[in-house]
Order: sequence, then C-alpha cells, then structure tokens
Amino acid sequence: MKTFSKELRERFPEQVLSVEESVSGQVTVLLNNSDATAITRHFLTERQARLVTVFAEDRVKAEGVFYNYYVFDRLGDPSWVILKAPISKDHPSFPSLAAELPSVNWQEREIQDWFGLEAAGHPNPRRVALHDNWPDVHPLRKDFPLDTVLPAFEGERHVYRPTLGEGVFQIPVGPVHAGIIEPGHFNFAVAGEPILYLQLRMFYTHKGTEKLFENLPIPRAVFLAESISGDSAFSHGAAFCQAIERAAEIEVPQRAQFMRATLLELERIANHIGDAGAIANDVGFVIANAHAGRVRELVLGLNETLTGSRVLRGMVAIGGVRRDWQRDQIEAIEKTLAVVEREFRDLTAILQSSNSTRERLERTGILRPEKAAMLGVVGVAGRASGVDLDVRRDHPYEAYRHLPFRVPVYQAGDVRHRLQVRIDEVGESLRIIRAAVAQLPGGPHRAPRQPIPPGRCALSAVEGWRGEIIHWVRTGENNRLERCKVKDPSINNWPAIVETMEGNIVADFPVINKSFNLSYSGTDR
Amino acid sequence: MFKILQKTFSVGTATADYPRIAPRVAEQFRGCPEFDFAAWNDARPAAEACPTGAIALIDSEGLRQVIVDYGRCIFCGECAETSADEAVRMTHQFELAVTDRRDLVLTAEYTLYPDGSHAALLSATSGPGMEETGKRIEAAIHNLLGRSLSIRQVDAGSCNGCEQEIVALNNPVYDIERFGIHFVASPRHADMLLVTGPVTRNMELALRKTWVATPEPKVVAAVGACGISGGIFGTNYASLGGVDAVIPVDVYIPGCPPRPEALLHGILLALGLARRGGM
Repeated sequence: MKTFSKELRERFPEQVLSVEESVSGQVTVLLNNSDATAITRHFLTERQARLVTVFAEDRVKAEGVFYNYYVFDRLGDPSWVILKAPISKDHPSFPSLAAELPSVNWQEREIQDWFGLEAAGHPNPRRVALHDNWPDVHPLRKDFPLDTVLPAFEGERHVYRPTLGEGVFQIPVGPVHAGIIEPGHFNFAVAGEPILYLQLRMFYTHKGTEKLFENLPIPRAVFLAESISGDSAFSHGAAFCQAIERAAEIEVPQRAQFMRATLLELERIANHIGDAGAIANDVGFVIANAHAGRVRELVLGLNETLTGSRVLRGMVAIGGVRRDWQRDQIEAIEKTLAVVEREFRDLTAILQSSNSTRERLERTGILRPEKAAMLGVVGVAGRASGVDLDVRRDHPYEAYRHLPFRVPVYQAGDVRHRLQVRIDEVGESLRIIRAAVAQLPGGPHRAPRQPIPPGRCALSAVEGWRGEIIHWVRTGENNRLERCKVKDPSINNWPAIVETMEGNIVADFPVINKSFNLSYSGTDR
Repeated sequence: MFKILQKTFSVGTATADYPRIAPRVAEQFRGCPEFDFAAWNDARPAAEACPTGAIALIDSEGLRQVIVDYGRCIFCGECAETSADEAVRMTHQFELAVTDRRDLVLTAEYTLYPDGSHAALLSATSGPGMEETGKRIEAAIHNLLGRSLSIRQVDAGSCNGCEQEIVALNNPVYDIERFGIHFVASPRHADMLLVTGPVTRNMELALRKTWVATPEPKVVAAVGACGISGGIFGTNYASLGGVDAVIPVDVYIPGCPPRPEALLHGILLALGLARRGGM
C-alpha cells in the first residue's frame, strides 16, 4: 500500500516516526500512542479505510514498552496498513476508540483484561474475556507463566443490566444450552413474546490459546491453530501457516496452494450445507435437515479421502500440506462433487418449496446494512447485509488469484438472505474447486522444512467459511513464537446478533442465532 | 410436499448399520497409531513431534520408560511419519472407548544407552481394555431394545470439533435414535452427560451444576482428547484439563474429534454400564 503509507506520511509528517514494509504489502507505521486516535479517525473518515482489528503485545522485556496495533485495509487495495503505538509500562493506558467505533468494543476490553492496559474513555470498561470472579491477573503479559495456578473459583458475580417495568421479564439462557452447541450466556429482556433487548456474555471457553501459542514449537502450534474453532480447523490452520510462511519468507509450492484452496472450499461447502439444514430445522422443517445431514456426510467422506480426517485436520503444514494426492484421490473430488451438486440443488428446491418456511425466514432477524458496517460485521452475515468484503478477492492469497468466483452480496440482512448467501457460495465453491483441480500443477506439495528465523512479524488473512480470519505473529528464538494474535470473524459478528433482536420474538432467536452460526471457541480462544 | 416425498423415497435408506457392520472408512483415514515396541529403536523423534505430549519419555539411569497415552492422542500421524524404523504405524482403529482411564496408557521400558538411543525392550503393556470392550458392547446391544438412554451434551470448553461429530449422530447416516438413544434439552431429563473439554475455568461451575442437576443413577462420558486429558490445551491458567478433573467420569472416548461411530461405540459402552447401574 505504497500510496496509502505515502499519503499518511504527507498528511502526518510529525506523527509518523517510522515506516517499515518487511513483508510485501504489509506496511507497519510507528507513531506515538497519543496520536493513534487522530490518525485512526482520519483513516476511517477520509480514507474510507476499515479498522480490521486492534490488539496488543508485551515487549517490556525486549524494548521496555507494550505495543498496540491497529490493522487497516480499504476496498480496492490489496495491502494492509498496521499502526503500531508504543504504550509505556509506567502509564499502561491507551485512548479508547470504542465510543465512536463499536467494532472494537470487545477487542479493547480484551487488551485491558489480558495485558492490563487501560482503554481510557471506554464507554463500558467492564471485564469481558476474564470473568468477574477472576483475580487481578493479566495472562498475556510475559511475566505471567502459562501454567499459573489461580485461586479457586468463587462463584458468579456478573451483574446484567436490570429489566424494569410492568410485565417485563428476564429469560436467562446458558451457558449450558438445550441443543448441541457451544456455551455462552444469553440474557433476554422480554415483554410477553417480543424481545426488548438481549445481553450477551461470552468467553466461557477461554482456554489460554494465545498464551499457549507462545509456549509451543511452531510445527506443533499448527495443531493448536486447528483447535481454535473446530468447524474451521483448516481455515485457521491455513491462516496460521500462511502467517509463519510470510514471516519466514517460505515459498509455498504452487501445487500446495491449489490443494489448500480446494480444502478451504470443501470446508466452506460442508459447513454451509450443515447450516442450511440447521436453519430449516430451527423452523421445524426437519426433513430438509435430514437431507442436508446426508449430503454433508458425502463432503466429510471426501474430506477423509483427501486428508485422512473428516474435518480436515492434520493436513495443513508450514510450507504446504502434509500429504500429496494420488490420481484416485483427485478423481474422487469430481465424482463426489457431482453428487453433492445434484443433491444440494434438490435440497435447495425443497427448502424453497415450503411457503411456511419462507414465511419464518423472511424479515426475521434483520441486520440493517448501516448497522452491519458500523459494527464491522464480516463474512456471510456481512454479505447478507450489504458488506461487500471477501478476503479471497480483496487480499488474494494462495491460488485464489487464478480461480474464478463471484461474491454474493444482498441488502436485506434477514435470515432468508444469510441462507441465500450460503446457497450461492456453495455453487461458487464448487466452481473454485473444479477450476483448482483442473489447474492443479505438478511438483512438490511442501517446501523443504527450515528453521524459522526470530524477530519477524507478519499478518495473514483467510476467508474462512464464516468470514475473515486474521492471524498476526512475531517469531522468537528456537523455532517458537513471541506472539500470535488470532481474530475469528465471530468477534465482530456477535454484537450484531444483539442488533437483530428488535421486533423479534424469543421463539425466533434460535433460527436467528443459527443463521449467523458464530464460533464461541473462536471468540473466546 | 410431493417433491419432498419423491426425494425421500428416491434416496431410500441412508443409515449405515454400525455397529453390526464395520463402517466404510476411506483408505486414507487415520485412526490411532500402533506401536511395535520390540522393533522401536528410537522413540525420541516421535516424542519430539507429538503435538499433545501423548508420547512421553522418562529417562533414569540406564532405563527409559516410553509412555503412550491414547487419551491425549489426536491421530495426527506425526509419530509414524518421524519414526524411521517403521515401528509406529497409523491404523484404521477408532473403537477405543474404555471405562478405565489407565487402559488408554501403554508403557514400555528399555535399556537406555549413554548416547540417548535405546534397545532391548524390557517390558511393555498392550492396551488391555480394548478387546474386552468390544465384547462388553455386543452384550449391551443384545439387551438394548428394553431400554432407552437420554443424553445431555455439555460443551465444557471445547473447540466445537467434537460437537460437529456429536451433531452428526442425529443425521440419517448414524441415526442414534434407532438405539432408543436421544439428546435431551435439560440435564434433569438425562441419564448420561456427554462432556467435551478441556474444562475451562469459566465453565467449571456450570459443569458442576449440570452434573448435580442430573438425577442418579447417571453416567458421564468424556469425549475427545481434550475431554479426556485437556488434549493440546493440557492444563493452564484457563484450562483445568480433562473432565475427570471436575466430575467423575465413567467412559472415555478418544479421538480428535472421535468420528460418529467412535462416539456410538463409547455411548453403547456407557449404556452397558448404565444398565448395570440399575437404570
């Protein structure tokens, strides 16, 4: 983003302390902590940029300071600008952007919880990632050992916003839910059936993932990346490997790039089919879910043929993929996809044949485009609400430069259109895979293994089936990591569910929630 | 309506008849690794490569203990790939559920040489539970029709990988309801808790409360490497490790995630237990 960074230097000559582009297309701009807000505001208002994520790093031992990083991109420009603001350990505080930019609300509070850096001026500075009963610790600081044994749990003290008024009630749900889903707490305020508002509480599955990344040798950390969000094992694994490859300047062989793209799209197809069934199921259309479950099994069977795992684990590796494909495996792709395509077409017809189903899905759980943009919603949920983002197109990686696809975007933002985006994307993914297989180059499937040099930073983005996945790494000595920041698309999208509640009834919450199908584990890490 | 019926009839029966008929798995499928302890000349590369510490070495003077824990294994195949002597081999075996956690652990003792290599296998245990388990399960299935089982699933901190395969148990291919087994919405209606892990600090209380809310007699199955041992997360400031660190566990179902048949195998094993418990 030469022009972007040049613009920045011309506009803020005093504030920009240094500019670095160690990885091609990733410009890191050093500035003072106090200037971050003004420059961010400038980016957002005058440059039509998007704040992708904000995160922190403890460099106190190495450089005497903490850093906050603000990652930006803008439509039509494939590179990234990363603002890097040092924060003194004696004044561990940074100016909060949350009041004007709700998308950073949780992420700034994560920084407060995990690093002990105050988000000054945050409109709701309560803890988010560490629950209220935690002692005063900051686990991502370097002086906090991973295996610290904390004092015993002392019970719940979280206070939800009170619900007042005649006939107004609270319905607490979770963290253990009625279905087979992940844990989180939903606190509904209702007046009869209609929902007045919803309060969310997450991070029940926080398991120290980012800290653990700093404690594993890099080759083993690939398996940890696969366990960030189990339904996106390959996407997160690929995002992590790509970050390391960029940092260490490892060239991934062409063949591996096309293989990875194929597997990323298979992950998308399997999850979208599963979601189409689950959305139908949540409005009582059980037979459609049964067919979807059957079709999804065909894809999982193909996954197993291609990777040895139904859910694509143990395949992606630093420098490529672990196993090459033989001719019969490649032939299985087209054979299976032909059946999947036919069956999915029938499933779509069944889904659309039922007026009562359409009634339940249309105008249910509407996320308006302006709200979606304000909250930084990404992925399927964003594209159903006019947010035209797709990492595959906007920041091409792997083989996607050579593969044809459209990005479906709708404005309606209801459950029906979140389903429609999925239906369209299954078709696009089939096209991508067929093109990838047709072009699959020969040659090695993995770059020769090499030690990872220390002190390198790189950002990686992958369009997982749910949306934009970001990994940022700093490599360390002895083939280890100093820091691995993980951003699952869910962290942007959860607050959007709250916004869809207005005018809906409790009975529609399950299908609204399912139409987003966000990852709890990816959020909580 | 007609379209739906037509489609459904044209598909016919999708259900696979597991466990009566062995499942059709892909040739490439990775089950658990198998170890030829007598032929294994150097366990160090495998222990170094194992992402979850499922292969551990304990060296003392002149003696090396190799400990293999299927309760930590994620079936990634790194041990087989790094072991030059082909003493480690990936298999299609996935029916690994046991009732005794110790049955998932194998130990071999070797003479240790000063250069770090080892030789001369002194002793080895071989997964004692596994064959027996198969027999117990057959017995359970025989008596199955007389009883149903209600399961409450609890995600105590998992990555959602296990949940995907648990959800698959309800699809027409695995159709768990054909055994009279169904998933219920409340622990108060459940005979069995099917718990995934690792148990996080933030879920500990909820898991305890769920267990207390489940009426006696009850069985608990710990699912997946993380549910059994904490898996790749192990124990840390936010993770308490396996489910049995918090509540008593009756059945352990290895895998990452366990494929649906492996879950069925473990649940049927638990069903046998539940029957004996007087349910």
